Amino acid sequence: MIKLIDYGAGNLTSVRKALSYLDAVFETPQVPEDLGHATAIIVPGVGNFEATTALDGTWRQGIANEIDRGTPLLGICLGLQWLFSGSDEAPDVPGFGAIDGCCRLLKQEAGDTSVVGTYKVPHVGWNSLHRQRDSWILEGVNEGNQVYFTHSFAAPITTECVGATRYGIDFASVIEQDQLVGVQFHPEKSGDVGLRILKNFLNRINAS
Amino acid sequence: MLSKRIIACLDVRNGSVVKGINFEGLRVAGDPGELSRRYNRDGIDEIVILDVTATIEKRKALADTIHAVAKEIFLPLCVGGGIKDEAHADAAIEAGADKVSLNTAAIANPELLTTLARRYGSQAVVVAIDAKRVGDIFQIYVRSGQQATRRDAVDWAREAADRGAGEILLTSIDRDGTKSGFDCELTAAVSNAVSIPVIASGGAGTFEHFVDVFTKGQAHAALAASIFHYNEHAVSDLKNHLRQNGIPVRLSC
Repeated sequence: MIKLIDYGAGNLTSVRKALSYLDAVFETPQVPEDLGHATAIIVPGVGNFEATTALDGTWRQGIANEIDRGTPLLGICLGLQWLFSGSDEAPDVPGFGAIDGCCRLLKQEAGDTSVVGTYKVPHVGWNSLHRQRDSWILEGVNEGNQVYFTHSFAAPITTECVGATRYGIDFASVIEQDQLVGVQFHPEKSGDVGLRILKNFLNRINAS
Repeated sequence: MLSKRIIACLDVRNGSVVKGINFEGLRVAGDPGELSRRYNRDGIDEIVILDVTATIEKRKALADTIHAVAKEIFLPLCVGGGIKDEAHADAAIEAGADKVSLNTAAIANPELLTTLARRYGSQAVVVAIDAKRVGDIFQIYVRSGQQATRRDAVDWAREAADRGAGEILLTSIDRDGTKSGFDCELTAAVSNAVSIPVIASGGAGTFEHFVDVFTKGQAHAALAASIFHYNEHAVSDLKNHLRQNGIPVRLSC
């Protein structure tokens, strides 16, 4: 069964509703041992990076074991940031570290003072995805399709980046490394494009 | 590039969408679920449900309305109207709202903004400000525009942002329901004072009004109700018009 991890970072009602709408069957593990034999793992989350401290050693080990078994994992918003080494938002809190790089505060480009009032932080609203390379999670998603963001920190562009978004700077809005994927935006709030991305993830489970 | 958001407001009473003029004279305009589906097909970016006659006995009806919209519309959904405390906010979010909008309660108890921002994140906390021109200032009214306060909209917007609000829903009482255009001066004054996004509301009558509020008014999003209710293709037509005027918008794919 799909394991939707609730570590107290934000409300999961809309993620649950979207998964149910797509006929996915899922449960919320209470202890790390419940992760065993997951068909897939979803790590959602909004809010401060510090909240990810709830995913402590045993959770991390349980998730790492599942990834080693080839279980697909989707990180959403804070869940994507957690896949990286860490975030400037909470420098003492280590990320999961599957991807090298540190999440940084979105801010206007140095020296560009003309954008005050334009690049407000948090970055809230619909913005475009720019395809970086072929990817299963973005199958059927077209260059320039828009999705709904709400965040202040963002992940760097690395080789795992399959979708990038520009807001003052370019950042990784979609990452993919084999079965491991993450999205900075909220697919459960991004209309048909978001539902397509969730469906791609669910199809990956059925295929693997 | 970040798109300017077009938001449809559903003023709901007893489970039906209603619309008044200058906060008064409500008439029925449709079913919330049905209108939301139509707006979604037509490319709306976000939906706000405002319970215009929120009372304790109507709370359950509101939760049902939220649920009816949230179960099949996967867009950001904000709920406001009579949210007085954490329990009301919890109920709205539990029913499927992504954001709650606070007005009277936030003025009376600004600490509530901080409490809710800690609990759900700032992205879930919208402060609604109803302002009216009084001489040179924009005076805040509460209780659905019935009661004047001594607060100035620009000052309060700054304080609300500092306390943890993630967005401002700014309504001009003078323009509400008049279709004479958004109050661009009010919107720009607030937008320039805060670092969080400002949603302009009140006065939408023509597509050109939206162009004005995104340029002169420096709004990040614009909200309207009646302009969308009675025309099947208003949202897509409006977005095409905005795009032709160089304003970035999300077009349905």
